[in-house]
This record gives sequence, C-alpha cells and structure tokens, in this order.
Amino acid sequence: MAVLNVNPTRMELTRLKKQLSTALRGHKLLKDKRDELMRQFLDEIRETKTLREEVEKELKGINADFVLASSVMSKEALDTALLAPKQEVYLETDTRNVMSVDIPVYSFKTRTSEESDIFSYGFASTSFELDDAVAGLSELLPKMLKLAEKEKAVKLMADEIEKTRRRVNALEHVMIPRYQETIHFISMKLEENERASRARLMKVKDMMIEENIEYKHTHPDAV
Amino acid sequence: MVKIAVLGDTESIKGFAAVGLDIYPCDRDENSTEEFKKIVSAGYGVIFVTERLVPFLEKEIEKADKQVSPSVVPITGVSGNNGSGTAALKSAVEKAVGSDIIFNR
Repeated sequence: MAVLNVNPTRMELTRLKKQLSTALRGHKLLKDKRDELMRQFLDEIRETKTLREEVEKELKGINADFVLASSVMSKEALDTALLAPKQEVYLETDTRNVMSVDIPVYSFKTRTSEESDIFSYGFASTSFELDDAVAGLSELLPKMLKLAEKEKAVKLMADEIEKTRRRVNALEHVMIPRYQETIHFISMKLEENERASRARLMKVKDMMIEENIEYKHTHPDAV
Repeated sequence: MVKIAVLGDTESIKGFAAVGLDIYPCDRDENSTEEFKKIVSAGYGVIFVTERLVPFLEKEIEKADKQVSPSVVPITGVSGNNGSGTAALKSAVEKAVGSDIIFNR
C-alpha cells in the first residue's frame, strides 16, 4: 500500500494520528450500522416474501372472479358498475427512520366512513362473481399497501447496505492501512533524523577534542 | 395526503376503480412509459403496475426505487404473473447480501 505523500514532520505525524483514530472510530460505527441494517433487512425481506406470495395468490383468485363476471355480464354493464366509484382511498404517508434510512409508513383513509361501503352498483343487474371480486379486492387493499410499504423499505435498505458496505471496506482496506503506513514511515524518518544528528554531534565533539589536544601540543605554554 | 394509482391493461385493473383507486388503463405496452411518467409527475404515493408492463418500465421503476416516494409495486394481472415482482425483491437481496439466500429455490 502506498504511503501518503506528506512531509515527514512531527506536526504531520500528530495530524495523521488524529485522522487514524477518527477513521478507526468511523469504521467501527459503520460496521455496526451495516450489521444492524443487515439483520433488519433479512427480517423484513422474509416478511415481504410471504406477504407477496399471499397477495399474488389472492389477486389471482380475484382476477378469476373478474374474468367470470365479465363473461356473464356485458362489457357496458360491467363498466357502468365499476367505473363510477363510490369509494375513494387517500393515503397518509409518514416516514420512519431505520438506521438513517427513511422508510415510508402508509396509513389509508376512505372517503365514506364505512370501509366496506364499496358497492357502487345495485345488485339487481350484476352477477354475484362481481360482488365477490370487489369485496375481495377491498379486503386485500390493506395488505397490498402493507406490501408496498415493505417492498419500498426492502429496496431502500438494500441500497443503504450496499453503500455502507462500500464505506466500511474502503476504510478497512484502503484508508486505515494507508494512514498506518504513513505514520510508520514518518516516525521511522524522524528517528533516523535523530540518529543522524546525534552521530553528527558526536563527530563534532570528537573533532573539537582533537583540535584541543593539537592546540595544547603546539602551544605548550598556553593556559 | 396522496392517492394511489393503478397502471395496467383495462381488464386487470377495472376492479380497482370500484374500491377507490385511480386507474390508468394502458392496453398497448409501448405506451406504458408515457403513462407511467404521467403518474409519477402527478405525485401518487403508491403505484401498482401489472407485472406484464414491468419489463417495459424498467428504467422508470429503477429511478422511482431510489426515492422514498412513489412506491412501485408489481401486481398480478389477468394474464397471470411473469415473476417480475419477485425478481425485484431477489435483486434487492443480491444487492444487500451479495448472493440470493431467500428466493433460491
């Protein structure tokens, strides 16, 4: 791993040490975040899977009812029965924060106070399959909204897990080793400098002593 | 306060009108992108799309998936399902875990 391109000074060393400790702390936090997100994600995806299977199965049945109804009734009659709805559904959205991921929470409201007040047609001119289908659909609606909420949560969490994992890996395998190596490099360099200056001082001292001795030899009367 | 939209072929989504959702019939697959964009810009909170149209809307759905709203949910239509609903969940698992450990049956 490459050593960062910095001046080997004491100031730089302190700065890098501070950065390293921040990186280590960040790495630990992000790792915890990733693990917790993953745990929640796995719970959520299992629930979503069963919910989706249920919704798909029930929708299939409802669709079969609709097909039956449309085969018994004329297209016009079916359209008049269905396309002037009595009921209207509003969605109240809120968000829930799971490990810094915003996840939507839906609660729905119906226009008429009675939730099951759904039949927008008289029963005389329609087939009973249609009643079954519409009733089934209105029963299924809360489940479908739950599914919408969960699927969204799963997708957003998957995105966040991917991002967090990348950050953890970058810190673990790139940033932290790089800091450590640079710190090692700088402290080695500083020690080397210290040794060099000590050697120089010793040399200078030797030279001075030698000079002194020589001086004494040449000027025996001095002092 | 937002509303819920349903996009798909007329046969499959007619029933949703009765329970109070806004339906956007789209019987020609190639028009689905336009319809979908219209729905998104209208600010719906949840969009149910019949699975049959999902392959035509991949790009748009991917864009919507990155945001908190709208939530796009593939549903079964009269023509049955082609597995694109589970496929989306599968790819989410692959993204998060690295390999699919939930749907690999």
